[in-house]
Amino acid sequence: MLNVKNLTCARGGMPVLADVSFVVDAGTALILRGPNGIGKTTLLRTLAGLQPAVAGAVAFPEDEGAYASHADGIKTALTVTENLKFWADVHGTPLPDSILEIFDLADLRDRLGGTLSAGQKRRLGLARLAVIGRKVLFLDEPTVSLDGFSVKLFADWLQNTHLAAGGVAVIATHIDLGLNAPELDLTPFKAADDASGGSDEAFL
Amino acid sequence: MIALLFRDLRLAIRAGGGFGLGLAFFLIVVVLVPFGVGPETELLSRIAPGILWVASLLAALLSLDRIFALDYEDGSLALLATSPLPLEGAAMVKACAHWITTGLPLTLAAPALGFLLSLAPEAYAYLLISLLIGTPALSMIGTFGAALTVGLRRGGLLLSLLVLPLYVPTLIFGAEAVRRGAEGLDPTGALMLMAGITAGSFALLPFATAAVLRINLR
Amino acid sequence: MSMWEYANPKLFMGWTKPVLPWSFALAGVCLVVGLVWGFFFTPDDFRQGSTVKIIYLHVPSALMAINAWIMMLVASLIWVIRRHHVSALAARAAAPVGVVFTLIALFTGGIWGQPMWGTYWAWDPRLTSFLILFLFYLGYIALWEAIEDPDTAADLTSVLCLVGSVFAILSRYAVLFWNQGLHQGATLSLDKEENISDVFWFPLLVCIAGFVLLFVALVLMRTRTEIRARRIRALEARARRA
Repeated sequence: MLNVKNLTCARGGMPVLADVSFVVDAGTALILRGPNGIGKTTLLRTLAGLQPAVAGAVAFPEDEGAYASHADGIKTALTVTENLKFWADVHGTPLPDSILEIFDLADLRDRLGGTLSAGQKRRLGLARLAVIGRKVLFLDEPTVSLDGFSVKLFADWLQNTHLAAGGVAVIATHIDLGLNAPELDLTPFKAADDASGGSDEAFL
Repeated sequence: MIALLFRDLRLAIRAGGGFGLGLAFFLIVVVLVPFGVGPETELLSRIAPGILWVASLLAALLSLDRIFALDYEDGSLALLATSPLPLEGAAMVKACAHWITTGLPLTLAAPALGFLLSLAPEAYAYLLISLLIGTPALSMIGTFGAALTVGLRRGGLLLSLLVLPLYVPTLIFGAEAVRRGAEGLDPTGALMLMAGITAGSFALLPFATAAVLRINLR
Repeated sequence: MSMWEYANPKLFMGWTKPVLPWSFALAGVCLVVGLVWGFFFTPDDFRQGSTVKIIYLHVPSALMAINAWIMMLVASLIWVIRRHHVSALAARAAAPVGVVFTLIALFTGGIWGQPMWGTYWAWDPRLTSFLILFLFYLGYIALWEAIEDPDTAADLTSVLCLVGSVFAILSRYAVLFWNQGLHQGATLSLDKEENISDVFWFPLLVCIAGFVLLFVALVLMRTRTEIRARRIRALEARARRA
């Protein structure tokens, strides 16, 4: 469902990862590993189409990609329900109560976004992914500031709802989510110091 | 698109949204002018169209940097960019929301302030019409400026520097229409030209704004 | 070889190096000849007296103030469409030169205006348009300075230049609508009858040529500096990675 071929991506005009290729089949996840600064965020943003690839191609069904990072896009002046309802409306999807249950947000539904704790905000941000119903998820450190219980909630949703329904996910994370998913170590793809494609290249 | 419009309006009205600040600023600027130029009714009445237009322009400018900055910081903008809503549409909706929260209240309040400045009675209708037609252009041009400076930490001042020269034609036609109205001349020409600027801005600037947003999101 | 290859930074540095001193020399010759001829070897105007001679600074600089913006517009378009780095850097290099020409035009205009109209400044359409042009230049330069990433800065300033050009033209007509001014009609126009007489015309042409050459020389020099700065940046970035 997600097909990445010889992808080179750059941060600040410098190639960081070169020649990354992988395929993720429907119903499976891929965990990205690698030390800090290797380019996991850059790769995910490039996959999601937020920044152009220096070279190579990314293919997945049109209008099925969703991106989530540490910035959840939560409005502090809106309630939990209003926050989710907004994204549901933008994507033209319904907002079933069951999603609030799954992410343990039912008791918080009328709280303002600004009054939530960091972990609660994170759960709200992840609930957005369930609401918009997109099949190809690009998740950048989805479990930051979640406690063990919430991590399990999220992993269960990912495994039993999202992946079970034929979705795919590419996840950059440092912890073990308990998913039965292959891992991809990005270290071998680190771009060489003289890799081509940087924006300054013409000046060297 | 409607969802985004309602969200932005709701955010503007709720605590911390800054709704009403522009209006208060407009009031203060207009009240300060007579202290600066003196209380002669004749002089005030002559410069009233210009003052009202310049003050509403500055009041609109005040809230521009909020259009995209908050959405950029909390990540909503990146999420919007990957949503089914085209960024061009989002840009236009943002401009509309800005107009409804600043331009429209300014337009409605302007006649009351015109009274303070002893604006000629014939000019009130034209003041209302010119602001009604002209302030949407201020919002749309300002949205473009806000998109240009969204990635900058101290973009506020730069935003004014970029946007104010772009406001020149709108200001000229707007104030000219009111002045002609006050002097009993025909202001249709100025109003038509200003309507042209507004229509042109809404037709073309959403594309420029979306392009600039994509560059800033990279 | 396609003409675009001359825009490769290395080739650009190569061919501009010998061209640069020549363009400065030619500009200097034209300016000295044009100005000396214009100031000392032309008769006084029957109405304006010797004040008319400031035309040899005023008209060329006003002309180049507008041409510099047009050149930036073209360079921005080339960057947006073909993504030639040199093009974006040339637009950046031209902006401060354009500002100086605009200021020269405004100041010489004021000096000329005082004996003619009895005032240094009037809100005349032409004068006002140049003031607005000056503001556009300032915004453009400020945006370049504010953005760290050079490619992002090039993209954003290009869009600003395109949108700004449209609004600059709008402002020009808005200002005409707003006030019919004091300024005399165009000094140069294709309609020969309006033109000034040949005695003034030839030295003026030489001065204009001098200003164009000076502009070209300054932009080439500044573009070379910009390219070197980018090269240093690129080398430093590479050194940091290694």
